[in-house]
Amino acid sequence: MINKVVKSIEEAIAGVRSDMIFMVGGFGLSGIPENCIAELSKKDIFSLTCISNNAGVDDFGLGLLLQRKQIKKMISSYVGENAEFERQMLSGELEVDLIPQGSLAERCRAGGSGIPAFFTPAGYGTEVAEGKEVREFNGKPHILESALTADFAFVKACKGDTAGNLIYKGTARNFNPLMAMAGKITVAEVEELVPAGELDPNQIHTPGIFVQRIIQGKKYEKRIEQRTVRKNQ
Amino acid sequence: MALDKNQIAQRIAQELEHNMYVNLGIGIPTLVANYIPESIDIEFQSENGVLGMGPFPFEGEEDPDMINAGKQTITTMPGAVLFDSATSFAMIRGQHVQLTVLGAMEVAENGDIANWKIPGKMVKGMGGAMDLVASAENIIVAMMHTNRAGESKILKKCTLPITGVNCVKKIVTNLAVLEVTANGFKLLERAPRVSVEEIKNATAADLIIEGEISEMQF
Repeated sequence: MINKVVKSIEEAIAGVRSDMIFMVGGFGLSGIPENCIAELSKKDIFSLTCISNNAGVDDFGLGLLLQRKQIKKMISSYVGENAEFERQMLSGELEVDLIPQGSLAERCRAGGSGIPAFFTPAGYGTEVAEGKEVREFNGKPHILESALTADFAFVKACKGDTAGNLIYKGTARNFNPLMAMAGKITVAEVEELVPAGELDPNQIHTPGIFVQRIIQGKKYEKRIEQRTVRKNQ
Repeated sequence: MALDKNQIAQRIAQELEHNMYVNLGIGIPTLVANYIPESIDIEFQSENGVLGMGPFPFEGEEDPDMINAGKQTITTMPGAVLFDSATSFAMIRGQHVQLTVLGAMEVAENGDIANWKIPGKMVKGMGGAMDLVASAENIIVAMMHTNRAGESKILKKCTLPITGVNCVKKIVTNLAVLEVTANGFKLLERAPRVSVEEIKNATAADLIIEGEISEMQF
């Protein structure tokens, strides 16, 4: 069995350089690769293009990279849950490319699947369609969207094994399996790392072939963005 | 009397049918889940990757790995299923989700909707809204009839950047229920004790008014 385990978080992110394109899994703060992001925020790497559905909050998640102005461009569907992001965007320091969430997911999936582009109805007739090829299928207009790939994809799973197979939990799955497919080097951090053979092959979400490096995260804060509860009866 | 946000949600809940798969947007649409009659079964989809979404958790039972598209903590119902974002939007684009309820800044008489961007202001993004409106068979908009400045949000043509074209089927506001027809907005119902005249005055588009317009029933 191919062993994908790296010994330290430094080794997990080895090879990252300025000007690279990164994918970062997660939806809001759920399912983000906390340990890799924290480590990246300590390095002198800048001018990054970051593909992620959201951009974290001021002091957590991708907000940590924004604080140090390491990101030059965000490709996302929904951003601006943090003040520093807003400031950099409005001042023009940060370039932001907003794309529909379903198109973002499919573009990552396509990138990892050898499909260079696809037609989707999402965004037809809007700003998103500007400059894109339009074609009718079944009487309905669609726009051509291109695949996305990245130099590195950082993903987070609940469980993983030494062969790089991954199992996610709850809605922390989101973009992680799609980005795992689309990274030239995919780094998976997991809450629990087990020997190959311990996971039920029927239950694996991301096959280890998509993962180049795996590491058990040192600690997980797993912050909740909108804690919402109902009253006890 | 104009409806409050909860009453708008309550009126929209009447549009739901037994065994429907429904996606609820952020804001007033989220409240619709509070008014589902016990006689019907509905499964709620949230585009971040859950079908069979349940109510908010009790205090102490929040799980950071279980949230909705508004990033609120949630629970799941028996029979719920979790999946990745591409599968989620396959359900949406593939029209497996039957009804989408979402908010809007503007709706035009041809069914165009604008709800994601105000030029010159901070732009947060469209999230899943463009995928949802591009594909849903049935789209109901839940919104106030006028904006904070008192201007009609129901227009001949959208002034803001649009989210999708020719897609809205019905609008429920604090004043009225409107249907988007090939000939423009048709007034279906009025809020209790709100006159047709008041609705016309609050609406910048033409209204098709046929016969007596009944009051919404709750």
